[in-house]
Amino acid sequence: MSDAKQMKTNALAVEATGLVKRFGKNRAVDGIDLAIPQGTVYGFLGPNGAGKTTTIKMLATLLRPDEGQARIMGHDLITEPDAVRSRVSLTGQFASVDEVLSGLENLIMIARLMGYSWREAKKRAFELLDAFGLQDAAKRQVKKYSGGMRRRIDIAASMVVRPDLLFLDEPTTGLDPRSRNQIWDIVRALVDTGTTVLLTTQYLDEADQLADRIAVIDHGKMIAEGTSGELKASVGSGVLHVRLLDPAVREQAQHLLADVLNVPIHLSSDPVALSAQLADTEHAGDALNVLNSNQIKVSQFSLGQPSLDEVFLTLTGKPAEPTTQEEGAAK
Amino acid sequence: MSVESMQDQQKMRTALVEQQRPSKPNGLSASLTFAWRALLKIKYLPEQLLDVTFFPVMFTLMFTYLFGGALAGSTGAYLQFLIPGILVQTVLFTTVYTGVALNTDISKGTFDRFRSLPIWSPSPLVGALLADAARYMIASIIVIALGLILGFRPHGGFVGIVIGIVLVLVFAFSISWIFSVLGLILRTSAAVMGISMTFLFPVTFASNIFVNPSTMPSWLRAVVNANPVSLLTTAVRGLMQGHVNVAEIGWVLLSSAVLILVFAPITMYLYRNKH
Ligand SMILES: Nc1ncnc2c1ncn2[C@@H]1O[C@H](COP(=O)(O)OP(=O)(O)O)[C@@H](O)[C@H]1O
Ligand SMILES: [Mg+2]
Repeated sequence: MSDAKQMKTNALAVEATGLVKRFGKNRAVDGIDLAIPQGTVYGFLGPNGAGKTTTIKMLATLLRPDEGQARIMGHDLITEPDAVRSRVSLTGQFASVDEVLSGLENLIMIARLMGYSWREAKKRAFELLDAFGLQDAAKRQVKKYSGGMRRRIDIAASMVVRPDLLFLDEPTTGLDPRSRNQIWDIVRALVDTGTTVLLTTQYLDEADQLADRIAVIDHGKMIAEGTSGELKASVGSGVLHVRLLDPAVREQAQHLLADVLNVPIHLSSDPVALSAQLADTEHAGDALNVLNSNQIKVSQFSLGQPSLDEVFLTLTGKPAEPTTQEEGAAK
Repeated sequence: MSVESMQDQQKMRTALVEQQRPSKPNGLSASLTFAWRALLKIKYLPEQLLDVTFFPVMFTLMFTYLFGGALAGSTGAYLQFLIPGILVQTVLFTTVYTGVALNTDISKGTFDRFRSLPIWSPSPLVGALLADAARYMIASIIVIALGLILGFRPHGGFVGIVIGIVLVLVFAFSISWIFSVLGLILRTSAAVMGISMTFLFPVTFASNIFVNPSTMPSWLRAVVNANPVSLLTTAVRGLMQGHVNVAEIGWVLLSSAVLILVFAPITMYLYRNKH
């Protein structure tokens, strides 16, 4: 980006070392280092309970880290929290506007809190509602908004005064594809106007679409970091999914496939399913042949993009765990 | 990209880029903005006003006409005794909303946004308490107006009524810090409501709001007389009936000061360290 050249070449929006946050014995964030250049989108990718929200809350001054240091836009998180707060905005994972009030009233309130006069606050609120496609819902209570509208008013509230750094915590979880695309467009527009965005997501394709760099987070640790191309290369070119008709022959199929493909074959919790990360897709056809020639009947045979689960499988050797198991394991 | 969506993109960019940063607001203006927000909610949740209208009317009518004659000889005489007490009870029950509203904000994530704004950090709490004071005023006016209609004739006159109300507001302000602590500690707003009510019911009924404690067993009388709610009710009765007793008022102010000194710092501590 041409702007970037005018800035100090290595100006960082976030610079953190060894961030740790404990809740009791649970190390929710367990030593995270970050170096996020200004003017970029940085993605935190990880399953539920990985520590994404906790990390963001620390960077937004809402939680005090137990260990580690961080500078946000050049200001120290611990000793200059006010300077940090005036440079960043947080759009939390859960609705962070007041659901009882209308969209207009919410934006007027934030604008007043940021120092606008009543008149200017109202003007700014209408301007933002218009830009975010919410002009028709201005006087409606936020609790009557759809999921996509809610996320948009949440983000608009963070933009009343454009921050240098915006935290977006799972901006599209639970949204339909159309609303998700709208949010993606908004994020792109934000970055074009110079805001650095740190977003968290559970979806690989979202990180892929938006983020310049991605950090994969699990159990409070960063287990991989890089561009989406680098991450995908580490996962392999694609994933083979096979479903059998008869669960009894799954082990036989596993051995046959392992011989042909020369990669580990994973058995998922579904008793008829197998999957494998392929380094290249040349041998996929051989895989189908070897199953056929051994009279193993196949109900599904497909090659797909790696999912978050598969990134995890490759990076950690185990699937991304749901939160309930996570909490059980933490005890 | 369609022409329409290009226009949208342009609007978005304009809204994001072309703006002047306003100067930082002061703490008072931020607090008043939060008070404005709390008062706006009355528009959307008018049932909040039910507690300050329906309940005092019901209690006043019920006690005056069911028990008034038996308790004080005549309903007219009982009304002189009851109205200052109903005022105290109504306003005290209104204070529960402080904790409930705080808890709702926290569980919804609204407070995370407030805490990440560059504003004077107690301003959300101060604003909420300012709005509460407005609600207590509304409650007080309703109770006094109702009393005057039914035949309440305070000898303390207008000044006595106003000072009486101010004393109730001071005590309500101090007791609402207890509820803000509960609002910060408990998980759900239903729990805040439940526990606050469980606390308020005995505290208001084991007082001299409805009956003169002279006929109670001596141990109970001792409890009732030491109850700060009784002290407040006695002082307000005195003010409204025109016999000002400095010691009575002093006790109320002292209990208010103790409540604030204990619970306000706890509230601020919990609020700053909440996650
Ligand atoms: N306030 C809290 N008290 C105790 N434990 C918490 C709290 N917040 C988060 N945790 C725990 O910390 C871990 C990380 O949570 P979180 O940061 O919310 O993950 P994510 O946002 O990636 O889903 C989880 O195990 C979660 O249960
Ligand atoms: Mg989260």
